[in-house]
Amino acid sequence: MTTTSIREQFPFLKERVNGHPLIYLDNAASAQKPASVISRMSRFMESEYANVHRGVHLLSERATAAYENARTSVAKLLNAAREEEVVFTRGTTEAVNLVANTWGRENIKHGDTILLTEMEHHSNLLPWLKLASDTGAKVAFVPVLENGSALDLDSAKRLLAASPKLFAFVHVPNTLGLENPVGELCKWAADSGTTTFVDGAQSVGHQPVDVQKLGCDFLACSSHKMCGPSGIGALWGRHELLAAMPPWQHGGEMVDRAYYDKPATFREPPARFEAGTPPIIEAAGWAEAIAFLNDTGLDAIREHSVSLANLAASRLREIDGLRVFGPDVRQSGIVAFSVDDVHAHDVAFFANERGLALRAGHHCAQPLMRKLGSPSSSRASFYLYNQPSDVDALVAILHEAVAFFR
Amino acid sequence: MDNELYQAVLLQHSKQPRNFGPLENPTHAADGHNALCGDEISVALQIENGTVAEAKFTGSACAICTASASIMTGEVKGLTCEAAQALAGNFRLLAKDGTGPDVPKKLEVLGGVHQFPQRVKCAVLPWETLVSAMHSPLG
Repeated sequence: MTTTSIREQFPFLKERVNGHPLIYLDNAASAQKPASVISRMSRFMESEYANVHRGVHLLSERATAAYENARTSVAKLLNAAREEEVVFTRGTTEAVNLVANTWGRENIKHGDTILLTEMEHHSNLLPWLKLASDTGAKVAFVPVLENGSALDLDSAKRLLAASPKLFAFVHVPNTLGLENPVGELCKWAADSGTTTFVDGAQSVGHQPVDVQKLGCDFLACSSHKMCGPSGIGALWGRHELLAAMPPWQHGGEMVDRAYYDKPATFREPPARFEAGTPPIIEAAGWAEAIAFLNDTGLDAIREHSVSLANLAASRLREIDGLRVFGPDVRQSGIVAFSVDDVHAHDVAFFANERGLALRAGHHCAQPLMRKLGSPSSSRASFYLYNQPSDVDALVAILHEAVAFFR
Repeated sequence: MDNELYQAVLLQHSKQPRNFGPLENPTHAADGHNALCGDEISVALQIENGTVAEAKFTGSACAICTASASIMTGEVKGLTCEAAQALAGNFRLLAKDGTGPDVPKKLEVLGGVHQFPQRVKCAVLPWETLVSAMHSPLG
């Protein structure tokens, strides 16, 4: 598919900001939605909607089929061995909290070590810190190298050799424009009996991700980062791990037998972890988004986003006093940067006045940005509907902003 | 467009802020932080007999926040703590909706932020930090 034909499928591109065409470079925060996803959700509400897994009536059958078909789509997207390994959650954050509060409370004991990295988003940091403080476990961090160019793999190997109970880490961080070698890290972890949890929020839907090939134990992702609706995501876990985990939230749908006077029994995964009415309409929308991404091709999407990010990084580096975080050559579609004497919040405001959506701030990774010496930075992130002229606009606006503020 | 917010005088304050740097022998100090955009600012004061004798600030903040801190530290010097606190309240009104009674002329340059809701916090942060500092004696 050409970028032009892809762009025609995204209604948001018709919006204008202060008379300028809208240029959206905040994809790492959330991606925009194609017409097929928008119309699928409307159609679903018009003729297929009811609660799932309960009714025997026609609409409930249709809704249940759509909801379970979405699970199949996600399982295929991740190449899960079994569909039951996919648990729907509100998103990546809820998936991390689910594992921390179930697997974590069963398996992490006083004195155990939880290994994280210095490049984690708050969502894959704070639930583990809370678990550690509640259980008396220790927390260790794999360092990032200078300027965030890579994870320190020598340290990772050494720290994993000490057999931490858990290694939770990000696949593609939301700031550094790099991709961690998940397969290699999971191999080292498996060799020392360490359970692995991968934050796939920025990778799934942006490139092929195969959980069996990666060799991880858990992986989490979010629909809204891959052209699907917000409010739904997934936890994938190896079946024997999920089957051994206690429930987290209790309520309808997750229970097998309930009594007034004795403990309830619970269903098998994934139902055990899906208490209450799930995000049904969102599941239908997410499945449509996955179909759209598959039609476009995940390899092609990655190549497109990374090449735009490389173009942006190399041209931004020509600006005096501008520092791009991460490796010299981009491994993802993300470019975070800081500019001497020009604050990121002013850059983002200035860009918005010209129709360009940028992210400013700490990108929900405060400790990392502090370590990189830049508590506030700007971020441009590219996806399938972006085009080279978006990079031209970004670079021109940065030149203008530097002249204005410096 | 940009000029409605970034007036020349404000830009001047952000490029060459007054009262920027560490204060020797502060009696009161506090840190402020804007979680939205990462502005970080510290305000240090010398308070003598209930009056702000010296005020300086440090940190890393956007043009609006830096200019606001620059103007603020100049304006509160010599005010009693009560008067500084009242001015902080009035400035907040000015930034939020453009009203703000009894605000000195020099502060009016920041009144434009009320048209840009996402920038109100930038302008107000130094004042919130000032109030917090006045309630935080050192040692």
